[in-house]
Amino acid sequence: MFLVIAVVILFFLVIFQIAKASEYVAILKGEKNSKLQTNKINGFLMVVFLVLGLIGVWYCNQLFFPKTLFRFGSASVQGEKVDSMLWVTIAVTGSVFIATQILLFWFAFKYQEKPGKKVFYFPHNTNLELLWTVVPAIVLTVLVVIGLRNWFSFTGEAPKDALVVEVTGKQFGWIFRYPGSDNQLGKKYYRNIDNASNSLGLVWDDKMSHDDIVTEQTVYIIKDKPCKFIIGSRDVIHDVGLSQFRMKMDAVPGIPTTMWFTPKYTTKEMQERTGNPNFAYEISCDQMCGNGHYSMKGIIQVVTQSEYDEWMAKQKPYYYTAFPDKEPSNAKPSVDSTKKVVAFKEISNTQKSNSKI
Amino acid sequence: MSSEVALDFHSGVSSLTDSHHAHDAHEHHHHETFISKYVFSMDHKMIAKQFLITGMFWAVLGGLMSVLFRLQLGYPDSTFPWLEDILGKWAKGGHITPEAYYALVTTHGTVLVFFVLTAGLSGTFANFLIPLQVGARDMASPFMNMLSFWFFFIAGVVMLSSIFVETGPFSGGWTAYPPLSALGSASPGSKTGMDLWIISMALFVVSSLLGGLNYIATILNMRTKGMSMTRLPLTIWALFFTAVLGVLSFPVLFSGFILLIFDRNFGTSFYLSDIFVNGAGALPNEGGSAILYQHLFWFLGHPEVYIILLPAMGMVSEILSTNARKPIFGYMAMIGSMFAIAILAFLVWAHHMFVTGLNPFLGSIFVLLTLLIAVPSAIKVFNWLTTLWRGNIRFTPAMLFAIGFVSLFISGGLTGIWLGNSALDIHLHDTYFVIAHFHIVMGVASMFGMFAGIYHWFPKMYGRFLNNTLGYVHFWITITGAYLIFWPMHYEGLAGMPRRYYDYSIWESFKQFGDLNRFISTVAMIVFATQILFLANFFYSIFKGRKLRSLNPWGSNTLEWTTPIKPGHGNWPGEIPEVYRWAYDYGKDGADFISQTTPVGADESVH
Repeated sequence: MFLVIAVVILFFLVIFQIAKASEYVAILKGEKNSKLQTNKINGFLMVVFLVLGLIGVWYCNQLFFPKTLFRFGSASVQGEKVDSMLWVTIAVTGSVFIATQILLFWFAFKYQEKPGKKVFYFPHNTNLELLWTVVPAIVLTVLVVIGLRNWFSFTGEAPKDALVVEVTGKQFGWIFRYPGSDNQLGKKYYRNIDNASNSLGLVWDDKMSHDDIVTEQTVYIIKDKPCKFIIGSRDVIHDVGLSQFRMKMDAVPGIPTTMWFTPKYTTKEMQERTGNPNFAYEISCDQMCGNGHYSMKGIIQVVTQSEYDEWMAKQKPYYYTAFPDKEPSNAKPSVDSTKKVVAFKEISNTQKSNSKI
Repeated sequence: MSSEVALDFHSGVSSLTDSHHAHDAHEHHHHETFISKYVFSMDHKMIAKQFLITGMFWAVLGGLMSVLFRLQLGYPDSTFPWLEDILGKWAKGGHITPEAYYALVTTHGTVLVFFVLTAGLSGTFANFLIPLQVGARDMASPFMNMLSFWFFFIAGVVMLSSIFVETGPFSGGWTAYPPLSALGSASPGSKTGMDLWIISMALFVVSSLLGGLNYIATILNMRTKGMSMTRLPLTIWALFFTAVLGVLSFPVLFSGFILLIFDRNFGTSFYLSDIFVNGAGALPNEGGSAILYQHLFWFLGHPEVYIILLPAMGMVSEILSTNARKPIFGYMAMIGSMFAIAILAFLVWAHHMFVTGLNPFLGSIFVLLTLLIAVPSAIKVFNWLTTLWRGNIRFTPAMLFAIGFVSLFISGGLTGIWLGNSALDIHLHDTYFVIAHFHIVMGVASMFGMFAGIYHWFPKMYGRFLNNTLGYVHFWITITGAYLIFWPMHYEGLAGMPRRYYDYSIWESFKQFGDLNRFISTVAMIVFATQILFLANFFYSIFKGRKLRSLNPWGSNTLEWTTPIKPGHGNWPGEIPEVYRWAYDYGKDGADFISQTTPVGADESVH
């Protein structure tokens, strides 16, 4: 370590001495001549930088574009518009980028100081200035129109038949709640929260909370069916970041937010498409939330309708975790996940007609 | 030691009438102690240097912090025993802890945005250039000016002290969103460290306001004879708009902090509602909105980036014009575009909040206004390009940095168009794309503006030149390095890679960038080391740099070059010169340059 520092310092001292020496040399050679010479070098470097820079931009793209998500396209229907808008924006900003950087470095090289050259005294030109005020304004208006059309489609109301799931962020993980067979999420109040038996603070007095299903870390949604997340937080601001779906929404304590999208591919299909057997739709927390911010991973399992029904059939209402003795299927505490639980409709029907339970 | 013609300077008040000073042309010993000359100075030039050197200190500290956290990002699986030697419990086993990582990124952001790029940039050049370029003997209130530096200094001391408290400095990101920043139970860094952070920021706001009011008053009231507003150099216009932005927006930040102090210490619920913290249980607060803070913060936060950018733009205009030996193209358009940017700066803040769940219609208004701000920015770029066209360019180090500024502003500005479009921002918010964008367009570009200003005006500050060769080395390594560091980050962002993550190894979606992260960290260390080279050049040249032999080494038109090589108190020993023209008559009617103090000839062309 100290060897590295020593070498660096030595390197600096060498550069320093060279620099001081070059100053003396310049004075000896005559300032005018040496200035012209260094000018030529820097002018040349301008062009070199431009060429190497553009090559670098191209090379960087070759290296890293495949590592972005755009190679496989959006995994949500709405996200397709994000990708298409991205291409338009790249086309516009990319061409401006190339044109202006070329002009900048080319002008720097071409118009470097030459003895006896007369400059062109050009303080202003109204036509030119109007041109490059109006053209950017028009181009930007087009981008705004496209962007806002997409924005309003994303932030509009979710379809009525959307699968509704409540997502709650906390330090440091995600809690999901399904509305259950009554299709209503029960009331909750944060002062009821107890990590062991009521992680969301559900109000058990509200009957609609009795069939709500609560899971942690993993949420199941259905391919080709719109999914609406109702998002909140238990403590600080988090954010539900869904890169593959091109979606994102803050989770704010005390202020519910919503986000909806329609997934196009099941997790299995994505594993095949990407050739990565470890592929998973990950929820990344996208708002600084404390020292565990980087560890708040959620998983979205996109499955077919039948796979979803199968999974849902195995889920127990959270009510029975809070009140294990109320669970109808067995008297003992319901931690035994291998036991097949009867589906809700059947339970509620048998509850009405079967006094045994 | 150069002989300084000291003037009879009535403390606190600059006299407008020159006749008062005319009969002071004889040597008048104005008794200065070391303390009154170098410490509690009321001379704007000394205060400028104080801002500059303090800013440099914070730049080194903040830059060092970035090297440390990039060590974690580039080498997440490695341990460095020497780290534990330096950082102690914050690097147990030679590995930076998550607590330390988040404290480093937070302090890096805070220190660089406020202490380096606001105080170090505006503080230095507004103080140095305004009186000299408008033709005044000092600022409107030299006493308030001195106070503005010392409030900045004390703010720095408080921030420095926060690094050494037991629970650590604040670690919730420089944006300090509550509830994280309001609740010590949510993060150790939100305990004492946060209290000190807020105090430091409050003192800093005071410093900025004192400075800003002074700059505005001086520019409006103390211009010399003939210096109408439309003859002012663009540096002054830029600094003027910057000061207005600061005076109007910093108080809102201050109010946001006051509410935060109340929530933290006095049981209020401005930002807090429905909160259950692990370990602390359910909090009693209800009814507050965490989003309120974001509105108050970004109402300053957005103008703040223009406060950082505008002075750099003004100086670049000046330096490009001087070294191309051509007038700046479109002087009135340059003023107009700065004016438009200043107004629009106040109307776009919620583009930082597109994903907070705000009303989509509100979001759409901010999209419109944000993309609108691209128009005056584009105008400025085209004007700079045209300034170079058919010029006779001298590549002084200052000129190189000015050209580099334009390149970086183009790159970073264009990605702003991506982010300003809310539908795209949904995907890119809080990813490395944002980091790439603001580092290029604000961090590096404004830093280049600052370097350009230092190389260009160092001779005026110290009567000596910075070493040219070191300047060229500094420029070429830094611009190459900066692009190598931040350009690839755009791709990481497009992949959705979140910012402010300590480690990516558990993320299937983001762990493919390990090699790139290591590369970026390596380049970052090289670029940081190069800045040390620059600092060595700076301090060495103050004492041993090549001395100036002429009053006006750059052949510049502006007033600061008409003072003696080392201007004393009051800047001009005799009367303040009168101004007859704008600052950009380079190459007019075949003349190389025509100073602002040269009367208009009878046969001169009209432009």
